[in-house]
Amino acid sequence: MVNLELLTWLVPLFPVLAFAVIVLFTNRWKRLSHTVAIGFLLVSFVLGMIVVFSAFRIGGEELAQHPIVSAVDWMPTGESFLRFGVLVDPLTAVTLFFVLMTLVAIFVYSVGYMRGDPRYSRFFALISLFATGMLGLVVSDNLLMLFLFWEIMGFCSYALIGFWFEKPSAHRAGVKAFITTRVGDVLMLLGIAYLYALTGTLNFREILNDPAVLKRLVEMSSPIAGLSAAALVGLLLFGGTVGKSAQFPLHVWLPDAMEGPTPVSALIHAATMVSAGVYLVIRTFPLLSAGLEHGGGATPAMWAMGLIGAFTAFLAATMAVAQFDIKRVLAYSTISQLGYMIAALGVGAYVAAAFHLITHAFFKALLFLGSGSVIHAMEHGHHHAMEHAGHGHGEHEEPFDPNDMRNMGGLREKMPITFWTFTIGGLALAGFPLVTAGFWSKDEILAEAFHAAFEKGEPLGLFVYLLLALAALLTAFYTMRQITMTFLGEPRTEAARHAPESDWTMTVPLIFLSIFAVGAGFVGVPADFPILGPLLGGNPLHEFVGATLMTHLETLPLNWLPVLISVLFALGGLWLGYRAYEGKLRSPETPDPLSNLPLGLFTHMHRRWYFDELYDVLFVRPAKGIAFFIARIVDRGIIDGILHFTARTSLILAEATRVFDRVVPNGIPIAVAEGIKGFGRSFRTIQTGQVQNYLLLALVNALVLAVVYLVLFQ
Amino acid sequence: MAFPFISVIIFTPLVAGMLILMLPADRKAEIKVIAAAAAFISLVLSLWLFFTYDREAARLATDWAGRIQFEEKIAWVPSLGLSYHVGGDGFNIPLLLLTSLILFAGVLVSWHIEHRAREFFAFLMVLATGIFGGFAALDLFLLVFFYEMAIFPIYVMIAVWGSTRKEFAAMKLTLYILVGSIIALVGLFAIYFKAGLGTFDMVEIYQNGNLDATFQRIWFLPVFVGFGVLASLWPFHVWSPDGYVAAPTVVSMLHAGVLKNMGAYVALRTGIQLLPEGAKFWMPFIVFLTVISIVYSAMVAMSQRDFKYVFGFASVGHMGIVLLGFSTLNLVGLTGTGVQMFIHGAMSAIFFSIVGMVYDRAHTRDIPSLGGFVRIMPIPTLAFLIAGLSSMGMPGLAGFVAEIQIFIGVWLAYAPQHWWFPWMAIIASSGVIITAAYIMRVAYSVFFGELRPEFADLPGVTLMDKIAVTLLAIPLIVIGVYPSIIMPLAQTGAASIASLFGGA
Repeated sequence: MVNLELLTWLVPLFPVLAFAVIVLFTNRWKRLSHTVAIGFLLVSFVLGMIVVFSAFRIGGEELAQHPIVSAVDWMPTGESFLRFGVLVDPLTAVTLFFVLMTLVAIFVYSVGYMRGDPRYSRFFALISLFATGMLGLVVSDNLLMLFLFWEIMGFCSYALIGFWFEKPSAHRAGVKAFITTRVGDVLMLLGIAYLYALTGTLNFREILNDPAVLKRLVEMSSPIAGLSAAALVGLLLFGGTVGKSAQFPLHVWLPDAMEGPTPVSALIHAATMVSAGVYLVIRTFPLLSAGLEHGGGATPAMWAMGLIGAFTAFLAATMAVAQFDIKRVLAYSTISQLGYMIAALGVGAYVAAAFHLITHAFFKALLFLGSGSVIHAMEHGHHHAMEHAGHGHGEHEEPFDPNDMRNMGGLREKMPITFWTFTIGGLALAGFPLVTAGFWSKDEILAEAFHAAFEKGEPLGLFVYLLLALAALLTAFYTMRQITMTFLGEPRTEAARHAPESDWTMTVPLIFLSIFAVGAGFVGVPADFPILGPLLGGNPLHEFVGATLMTHLETLPLNWLPVLISVLFALGGLWLGYRAYEGKLRSPETPDPLSNLPLGLFTHMHRRWYFDELYDVLFVRPAKGIAFFIARIVDRGIIDGILHFTARTSLILAEATRVFDRVVPNGIPIAVAEGIKGFGRSFRTIQTGQVQNYLLLALVNALVLAVVYLVLFQ
Repeated sequence: MAFPFISVIIFTPLVAGMLILMLPADRKAEIKVIAAAAAFISLVLSLWLFFTYDREAARLATDWAGRIQFEEKIAWVPSLGLSYHVGGDGFNIPLLLLTSLILFAGVLVSWHIEHRAREFFAFLMVLATGIFGGFAALDLFLLVFFYEMAIFPIYVMIAVWGSTRKEFAAMKLTLYILVGSIIALVGLFAIYFKAGLGTFDMVEIYQNGNLDATFQRIWFLPVFVGFGVLASLWPFHVWSPDGYVAAPTVVSMLHAGVLKNMGAYVALRTGIQLLPEGAKFWMPFIVFLTVISIVYSAMVAMSQRDFKYVFGFASVGHMGIVLLGFSTLNLVGLTGTGVQMFIHGAMSAIFFSIVGMVYDRAHTRDIPSLGGFVRIMPIPTLAFLIAGLSSMGMPGLAGFVAEIQIFIGVWLAYAPQHWWFPWMAIIASSGVIITAAYIMRVAYSVFFGELRPEFADLPGVTLMDKIAVTLLAIPLIVIGVYPSIIMPLAQTGAASIASLFGGA
């Protein structure tokens, strides 16, 4: 029996070693750097897979009761220690599985995509560090450690979005991402601090698996807004998710994050880091939903998740409809799909959220890598076309955007592997029935929401279901729009005409991921689904992941109505997208067929409902204005002014004192002295030194005294 | 008698200063070597204190006296109850280490000083003795003696070796702090007379003082705020940015990194520890000031164009976090504060030393005109990033360790009558976000971005500079990764204060 605890510790360790090795030693040798990065990741991969498959073999129930745990003391706090430790329970196992898979695919893909970049080695160093962040987060057994890795990822994300920092827009996007997610992080940190203050521990099992602790938290009131302690902690932790998983109102950073290299978008901004936010709420779900069992209805945190998740899913889908940048469409779609998972938790669909998290990671990574392959090809095609047109490098080139789908078209013939794999990913995203992973996971969410809405009659469930169903329609629509604009029809530019297929380091990961984009759904087919259910082992995913929770989760009986609605919306959306765009675009200048929607709807959606402008007016400018006001007026003006006024007043007072001092305390003694002196001086005249005068004076005095005597005493 | 570690730490710089003054003014190399050697001796000895302080014994001890180690007590003026009484506990030993670390690094980055080097280093050494003494003193009179000794040399050093309105800034800074300390001094005398023990000894007053609650409430504010001026408690902070901008690099490092801590430390020792009833009474007010301080200074730092002003205000914000930790009045919060003081010092010293390095080369501190300095000074850039990430609370670096403790402390301090406490934490936490914003702005515009042609041929930093910033950055990483190196120590220090408020 291998020591699984030790292996689990080692899984996040190897990538960080790769980071250190690349930074310290191999920075100069590009091939060596990527060999180190991929080699160390493969070691992690093998170790991680041993852990994962051991976990699968142990089985959900058993693993949930006796997870793989190991911990050491880290930081003494108050009476106890904050500890560092690893935990592998069913949820960790499935998450670790998809994280490792996508990591490997994307690392290999990066070799081809980043070829020729001047900071090639640094790229691999950073994604290795990122891999440590994600793997460490997944195996953490406590919130503090989770937060540590969470922030490592945040930092890597910042560094990788701004990787091409010569572009000011890239740097700005990096800062925007970092600061926006930081808002959520700070809330999360407050939640963590509060939780520790309440319970004296941050360990998942000691809090989440202890009904007594949860009950105490629910019954304790918190200092804010009459919420229970559990509700406040839950909302604060969810704040972290809102930032990290780019949910409304902190969703604005993710589309700009597309300034980073495409593997980064695939890795960080689709498959792993943004999923970490969802992972956090899935992981802490027992706390977020604490109080639910006692018949209290949805908890405040669940309300927040349901409302924000569903609204975000819908809002982002509308924005995705009207984008021209191939990666931005995917970015909004990511925001939208993350909203699905969060909304699912809002209606208590724990397993469905985890299921969609897994399938989404695969097909979204696939789509991003596919889009990267397209962008790469468009850039090559552009260079090729320019050279043939007689333009050399360095001459004036027209600005050309290889990301703009209006410049593409007809790429299916030039890039068949990219086309087919992208289409598979797209269909999975759209929820194409039966054969794609996205169908099964999204359908489970919709079925749960439907159940909550119409069978339990919850208003929150109704809200969630309606928005998610509409979003599903939009998703299918924009997916087909994207595929049509990119791959179908005729090439609209020279660049598209000369775009070559990418080489094997890029296409092999695409094929690899597309297998999962189809296959990953079959582990979660409802057990009572005709033919497929029994054939596929009766929903093994539900049994396995569901065991993580203390309470046994019942699977919903199959209800055909939501399934049919889903199928209808998916196929309908795809059909509409095809009809609207196929053959409609002739040249890059052709206006979008949707641009004559009423009320200028297309423009509003294209401009993302003006959130960036709104935030600029609401937060950025006021913050700068207030900062300026405080710095110039309050600090330099008032506070410093008072000080300087005091100083000046003191000087004036001092001057007045000096004058007073000269006149009064100094003047009076001087006047007295001068008076005495003058008096003396006037008497000096009689001091002549002549005896005759003295005798005369004596006589006069004698006479005066005689007169006085006679007058006074007679 | 045991080896008088603390006295040797205190007086080694003073002796070195006297030696330096005896040398001819043109023996600059010898002068610097003597200064560096003195700083190094203090560093080694304070490391010794840090690692040999018996943490287990201190943890088991039940009162403050039991936690004081390396104690030295000699009667000075017995008729007045004055004694030379110094000692170390979990609160001041890390600060002694910090002082010697920054002093050593400061001597290294001042290696290029040629103008009146003899006087410069002599004053620096006197200053160091004042600071060491201020941290180690356990007698109120001795404390004030060293406190004033630390303030005076700063005036001369800014006025003679400074830049940018130096006479003005020197006067502003010194006067402001002096006024504060005199107000506090009156309070200390009040404590002396009211305690009626005929002694200035802090430990005795702490144990047998029997100061009544009304007295404590009246005198807390003058004492705490009077010393708080040196900790740049808002709105008494305005001396700080002007002073730091004008001061030579090493003075900014020591002043921001250590003297501010001394202000906070002395305010804690006298205000909170001797007047706990007053502390309890006034805390809502103090919390209010600290929270303003944190957000306000971060805002102001964000809107500065001058590289050095940014960190002048940043250090005000760091101290706001320190004082917020004080105001929790519980073990976790105070422990966090103990650590925050240490790392605030290291971070500020890194910031100011690097500002100095940039300014010495570019001769401008205007942020928009700088850029691309990573190519000239890669190691300082790395140190800057470490300090910057630490100051924005990035886990894995020291700042996070302190901040999480302080935030937990704030939540623990919540009680129904203090319903607003969590709100204060939430407002204060917005300062953390703004900190991230200004650090990133400065890091990008100064170190990354494009290197201007006029800066292309600037010389790199010297080996001395590299050693200095490396020494300062090491604790930030070590504490961040392995907090247990300092936490248990800080915890025993905090316990002496927290026990006054019912918390263990």
